[in-house]
Amino acid sequence: MSKKMQITLTVNGEAQDLLAEPRELLIHVLRERLNITGPHIGCETSHCGACTVTMDGKSVKSCTVFVAQANGASITTIEGISTPDSLHVLQNAFREHHGLQCGFCTPGMITRAIQLLEDNPNPTEEEVRFGMAGNLCRCTGYQNIVKSVLAAATEMSAAREAAE
Amino acid sequence: MNDLSPERDNRIANLKGLGCSRKRVEDVRFTQGKGNYVDDIKMAGMLHGDFVRSPYAHARVVSINTDAAMALDGVIAVLTAKDLEPLGLHWMPTLAGDKQMVLADGKVLFQGQEVAYVVARDRYVAADAVELVEVEYEELPVLVDPFMALESDTVLREDLAGQTSGAHGERRHPNHIFLWEEGDKAATEAVLAEAEVVAEEMIYYHRTHPCPLETCGCVASMDKVNGKLTLYGTFQAPHVVRTVASLLSGIEEHNIRVVSPDIGGGFGNKVGVYPGYVCSIVASIVTGKPVKWVEDRMENLMATAFARDYWMKGRISATKEGKITGLHCHVTADHGAFDACADPTKFPAGFFHICTGSYDIPVAYVGVDGVYTNKAPGGVAYRCSFRVTEAAYFIERMIERLAQELNMDSAELRRINFIRKDQFPYHSALGWEYDSGDYHTAWDKALAAVGYDTLRAEQAERVEAFRRGETRKLMGIGLSFFTEIVGAGPVKNCDILGMGMFDSCEIRIHPTGSAIARLGTISQGQGHATTFAQILASEIGIPADSITIEEGDTDTAPYGLGTYGSRSTPVAGAATALAGRKIRAKAQMIAAYLLEVHDNDVEFDVDRFVIKGAPERFKTMKEIAYAAYNQAIPGLEPGLEAVSYYDPPNMTYPFGAYICMMDVDVDTGETEVRQVYALDDCGTRINPMVIEGQVHGGLTEAFAIVMGQEIAYDEMGNCKTGTLMDFFLPTAVETPHYTTDFTETPSPHHPIGAKGVGESPNVGGVPMFSNAVHDAFRAFGLKQSHMPHDHWRIWRIAEGLGLHG
Repeated sequence: MSKKMQITLTVNGEAQDLLAEPRELLIHVLRERLNITGPHIGCETSHCGACTVTMDGKSVKSCTVFVAQANGASITTIEGISTPDSLHVLQNAFREHHGLQCGFCTPGMITRAIQLLEDNPNPTEEEVRFGMAGNLCRCTGYQNIVKSVLAAATEMSAAREAAE
Repeated sequence: MNDLSPERDNRIANLKGLGCSRKRVEDVRFTQGKGNYVDDIKMAGMLHGDFVRSPYAHARVVSINTDAAMALDGVIAVLTAKDLEPLGLHWMPTLAGDKQMVLADGKVLFQGQEVAYVVARDRYVAADAVELVEVEYEELPVLVDPFMALESDTVLREDLAGQTSGAHGERRHPNHIFLWEEGDKAATEAVLAEAEVVAEEMIYYHRTHPCPLETCGCVASMDKVNGKLTLYGTFQAPHVVRTVASLLSGIEEHNIRVVSPDIGGGFGNKVGVYPGYVCSIVASIVTGKPVKWVEDRMENLMATAFARDYWMKGRISATKEGKITGLHCHVTADHGAFDACADPTKFPAGFFHICTGSYDIPVAYVGVDGVYTNKAPGGVAYRCSFRVTEAAYFIERMIERLAQELNMDSAELRRINFIRKDQFPYHSALGWEYDSGDYHTAWDKALAAVGYDTLRAEQAERVEAFRRGETRKLMGIGLSFFTEIVGAGPVKNCDILGMGMFDSCEIRIHPTGSAIARLGTISQGQGHATTFAQILASEIGIPADSITIEEGDTDTAPYGLGTYGSRSTPVAGAATALAGRKIRAKAQMIAAYLLEVHDNDVEFDVDRFVIKGAPERFKTMKEIAYAAYNQAIPGLEPGLEAVSYYDPPNMTYPFGAYICMMDVDVDTGETEVRQVYALDDCGTRINPMVIEGQVHGGLTEAFAIVMGQEIAYDEMGNCKTGTLMDFFLPTAVETPHYTTDFTETPSPHHPIGAKGVGESPNVGGVPMFSNAVHDAFRAFGLKQSHMPHDHWRIWRIAEGLGLHG
C-alpha cells in the first residue's frame, strides 16, 4: 500500500475531496467511495465501456483511469445527466426504441452517446456505429442502440432549431 | 363476445396484453443507472474475497504458504482446501452427477483453478494478498485433446481411481466420463451400408463462452444472531441455489434466503454453482461478516462455465433423389476437468438428440462420449437449450454436405425432407414428440423474401467473374432451418439435482384492482417484468401497467427452476396464465353474486364479466377486486389470490428459417455480411418488440461465435483467450444489420400457445453464418472447415483450395 494522495474532483456538479492511493481506479472511487453505481465494471481492461463516464468533456473508461489522473477534473456519470422527473432525450430514446435489455451496458452507452452527439450533433448511421464501438453490448445486437442514438440526434437537432 | 366496437377495442388496448409491443418497465431504472446488480450491493462491514488461481493446467500442489499474505494489514483469512475439508466443503457436487474441487485438493486440473481464497478489508488488499500466497507446484503431463485423453496413461481424476462407472453408466478409461446413446444403432448402420448416397464428415463445434457483460459474483451474509444466511448473487436459478446451499451447508432451508438482484446478462453462464459462492458463504460464516466476491473478466473466461467443445462425427444417407434415409452421429465431448455440464440430470448430452433437426429421418442413432481434459469445467447451454445449438449446427452442416454429394441445391434438399405440417405431432427417430410446426410455409416465405433464385444467379456470376480474374471476392449464401426444443420440462423426465423442472406463479390482486405476481424464474435482460404482466393482463383483465412482476427472492417468490433453456415463457409463462385463470374463476363467482345471477350466466369480456346476452350489465375486474375484500360473499373466502405450479406435458418446439448473404475476400479472409433475414416461429407472440430484440441479440452472439469467438488453449493448457482483447465480442461496427420476420404456429399444449424465442437466433444463426462461409467456397470444392471463421482461417481455406494462385 502506498501513501495516500489528496484528490479533488467535481462529480455530477458536486465537489468531492478525498484521500486515495495513487493506484486506485476512478471507477472504484466512484462506485465504492461515492456510491455512484451507475457506471459498471465489465472487463477492467477498457474493452467493454460499461464504466464510461465523461471527464472534462471527453468520454473515458473509468476502469483504466487512475483517480490520481482525474485530480481536479470534472466528471459526469449517468446519475448526473438528468433527474427522474426530467429525463435526457437519449434516456427516453433508448426506452422508446428498445435499445437495452439487461441494462448493464446502458449507463455507459448513454453517457457515451451524449458525448458523441455533443461532438457530432448530426451523425450518420456509420458514424454512430463507429462512435459507439468502444461500448460493448451482449444483448441487443446494437441495431436498436444505433436506432435510439439516431432518433435522439434528430430530436435534439429539431429542438435546437426550434430554439434558434 | 362479438362486440367489436371501438369502445371494446380501447379496453383491449388499455390492457397492453398479449401481442402489444409494450415499452419495458425495467428501462426506467436501467436508463438512469438505477439498476441494482450484485456488485452494487454494499453492506456494513462487508469484506472482499479473491482467489489464488493455478497458473498450471495440471500439477500437484506440493505446499501452500499463507504466512506472508496473512501478515498483510487488512487480510482477515486465507482459506485452502485443508480449511474446508473438516466442513466437507473442499469438494462440491456438480449438476451433472460428478463432483468438483472447491479449492485445490492436492492437485490442480486446469489453468485458473481456484487454489486459495483470500478474505480482506477491501478489494485492493485482497488482490495484494493473492500475490503473497506462495504455492509450490509440481507439473504433470497435460491433456488438452479429448481423443488423446482417451488413449493416455495420464490419469486426470485420481479421486475416481477404480470407479468403472459414473453417474451416467460405464467408464471405459480413467479419463472417460460416460457413453450416452439414443436411437437404433444396428438399424442405422444397416441403412447406411445399403444407401445410394452417403455424406460423412467430422464437424467440430469449438469451445466458447457465454461471457455476459456482468461477470459472476455474490455477497454472502451470515447473521449469527438469528441464524439466517442471505446470499445475493448472479443466479439464473435462485431457488435451486438455496436448496443446494442448504444441502451443502447443513443450514435449514428456511434459514437461507437467496436473492438474484438485477442480472447483467446470463446466457447460461450463471446457472451453475461456482467455488466463489461456496467460499464466500464459508467466509461469512467464519467471520460473521458479509463477504463479497465478484470475479474479473479473466476469471470469468478462464474458470466459469464454458460452452460447446463437441467433436461430431456424422454420416447421413439418402436416395439419389435426395430423400434422407438415415443419420448416424458420434460425439466426443470435451467436458474439461470436472463434469459440470448444466443439463437435466437424465440427459448428460442435454437434448442433443434433437439432431435430426427439422427433417423426417426414419432411422437414426447418436452416441456421446464425455471425456475429461485439463480445461475448465462447464458445458453450459450458451444462449440455447441444452446442447441444441450443437445439434442444429451438426444437422445443418450435414445437410449442406449431403447436398454437395447429391450435387443438389441445399434449399431444395431441405424442402423435400422437411417434416410435413400434417405429420405433427411428430415422433422423431431419436424419441422426441415435436408439438407443432409448418416448416414448408416458413421456408417458402423466407426464400421468397430474400429473392433466393436471384441470389443464386448473382453468386454464379460472381464465381465466373472470379475465375476470369475480375474480382477477388466470393459470395456465400448461408441457409439454415432449425428446430429448437425448449421449455424443460416435464417433471417425469426432467430434473436438476432431483428437483422437477416445473415452474410457478403466485398472484395477489389488491383491493383497488392492481396486482403483484411473483414467479420462480429470474430475468437477466429478457424483460419478464414487462412481458409476464402482459400475459396476465390478457388473462385477468387488469392493465399490465397495474401489475408488478417480482422474481428472484426466495423468501417471497414461489419455488421455480429458474431461467435458462428458453424455459421461462413455456413453463413460468404457462403457470402465469393458469394462475390467472384461477383468479378469473373466482372473479366469475364474485361477479355473478354482485350481478345476482348464476355463475354460468356471466362471461369474461376483456376487463369485466358481463351477463350473457346483456353486456350492458357487467362488473369490471376493478369492482370485483374491491368486492373480494369488502363483501361477505356466501361460500367464498375473502381475498383474490392464486398460485399455480405448472408441469409442462411436453417441451415446445420453436423453429425458424434464416438466410444470410456474405462477401468473402479470398486474399485477406475478411468477410462482410450484406444481408441477414431471420424468420422465427415462436408460437403465440407476447411482445413483438421484445421478440425482435431477442432475435437481434441472439443473432449477434451467433455471429460472434462463428466469426471469431473461442476459448483456445495451447498444448500446455494455457488459456489463450482470457481477455476481451483475444475473446471476440463484436462491436457496433462489425455487427450486421438484421431483418426479422415471423410465422405463428401456436403450441397446442401451452395455455397461450407460446413457445419461447430467446435462444432460437443462436441456434439458427450459427449454422447460417457458418454455412455462408462454406457456401462461398462450395464451387471450389470446400467440404468442411472448422469454426471460428476468423480472417486467418478463411485465408487458409482459400490457400488450401489453391485460390491464391
